[in-house]
Amino acid sequence: MSGINEENTHRTIERVARESYGRLVAYLSVQTHDLASAEDALSNALVSALTHWPKDGVPQNPEAWLMKTARRSLIDVVRHHNVMQSSVPTLKLLKEDSEKTVAAEFPDERLKLLFVCAHPSIDPAMHTPLMLQSVLGLDAARIGQAFLIAPKTMGQRLFRAKIKIRSGGIPFEIPQEPDLPERLDAVLEGIYAAFGIGWDDMAGTDQRGRDLAEEAIWLARVLLQLMPTEAEVQGLLALMLHCEARRPARRGVDGRYIPLSEQDPKQWSFKLIEEAEHHLTKAFERARSGRFQLEAAIQSVHAERARTGRTDWTAILLFYERLLRVSPALGTQIGYAAAVAEANGPETGLAVLDAMDLEAVSHYQPYWAVRAHLLQRLGRPREAADAYDRAIGLAEDTAVKEFLLQRRG
Amino acid sequence: MQFALLIYHSPEEFAMRANDYNDAHLGAWRAYYKALVEAKVYVGADALEVVETATTVRLREGKRRVQDGPYADTKEQLGGFIILEVPSIDAALEWAARCPGASLGAVEVRPLAPEAKRRGFTGERNQ
Repeated sequence: MSGINEENTHRTIERVARESYGRLVAYLSVQTHDLASAEDALSNALVSALTHWPKDGVPQNPEAWLMKTARRSLIDVVRHHNVMQSSVPTLKLLKEDSEKTVAAEFPDERLKLLFVCAHPSIDPAMHTPLMLQSVLGLDAARIGQAFLIAPKTMGQRLFRAKIKIRSGGIPFEIPQEPDLPERLDAVLEGIYAAFGIGWDDMAGTDQRGRDLAEEAIWLARVLLQLMPTEAEVQGLLALMLHCEARRPARRGVDGRYIPLSEQDPKQWSFKLIEEAEHHLTKAFERARSGRFQLEAAIQSVHAERARTGRTDWTAILLFYERLLRVSPALGTQIGYAAAVAEANGPETGLAVLDAMDLEAVSHYQPYWAVRAHLLQRLGRPREAADAYDRAIGLAEDTAVKEFLLQRRG
Repeated sequence: MQFALLIYHSPEEFAMRANDYNDAHLGAWRAYYKALVEAKVYVGADALEVVETATTVRLREGKRRVQDGPYADTKEQLGGFIILEVPSIDAALEWAARCPGASLGAVEVRPLAPEAKRRGFTGERNQ
């Protein structure tokens, strides 16, 4: 009986930790501008919950309990810092409203925290890791895994970024116009980067990041809740949901890689497609186009195949042309070349690839995969085999390697 | 920066090598080397013979100790190495993840010690 209770308590702690982690860290760090101490204080509180809740029962308001305990721990941490440096005002601030807010609802400051994580003075490569850690509570080892960085190194990089936040005067606030679009874009990029590790059009299902895609969707949902009128936030969510809908179709029963054009639409999740379409329609209604809405629109055309049985490449090409104007990233250029090839024939698609900077694509797997495919369609087998080799050598996923080896012949 | 990718094979992969790799795996290795060379990161590489061919020598209290087999008694054994010239450890890890050896065994990434070369501990001439 007590075993079951204990298990339930643990599950409650896990759930509260997951749902409240970001809210608690955000609230604590907005007051002190010290992300690292806020995280430490909250983990102390969670450890304390693990010892107290099974004995005393789960408190009526678990989040408030964690907040109270974390705040007490944070005062200790700050007091400790005080010995070495004077941060008296912080301590005063913490003490002042320590009693009054505890029981009441505390404000959701996660948006400020997201903007801090994606601040322009922080290395862009660290935006996503910081978000995953501070808003979702993932540990450095897990984040390092996803980013292919040794856990210790990832821990050090996160630590350095937090020092910068504390000492670099990065404001904990929501940016105002005219900075908002650019700053918001950095936040969206950070979320999409997490998703991109879990879902990559060419590389198929990547085991490293499978649940990272879910975490990214969660983050986008949080963001939409906080900024319900931003079209690009809704565009990003639509994009990720469209991609996520195809996850079950991307591998055969034998683990074989199946490219989008050969996927069976019956295996797509219509629930997710419907939700994606809902968000995309809402975003378009705001009549403020942007990169993520355009990418979502491209995926939406692909999803149409479930209904019409064909892919409207002319529509996809149009969206790619608009997308290239706002975001000429390498991946967009490759997608554009592939769309050109489908709409106007492989030689025009190849001409787009030929015009790209060879230096920039020498390590970029999708370039070589598309190039190989187009050369093969043009009946140039020797050059195609060469390009296939490059694509295979640059691929990480074994299933993708096997798929390309088979195509290469 | 130069890094060594130390490629550890499982017994199964050594066995595969002994019986000639199946085509797909060999194809993946060939493509991988091609990509390394074309990306201009390749410095050198070699494969080691199967573990059974190893002999380990120690000198203890002036006496020679020779034993059959490899130094470390582990399931996965060193099967070969690749030396890369890349800008950072991040790039080296990317290449390690693409290595066909990573999906069957393991690939250990280690920076080469530049001071060894400078102090003449290796066969290369001082600069």
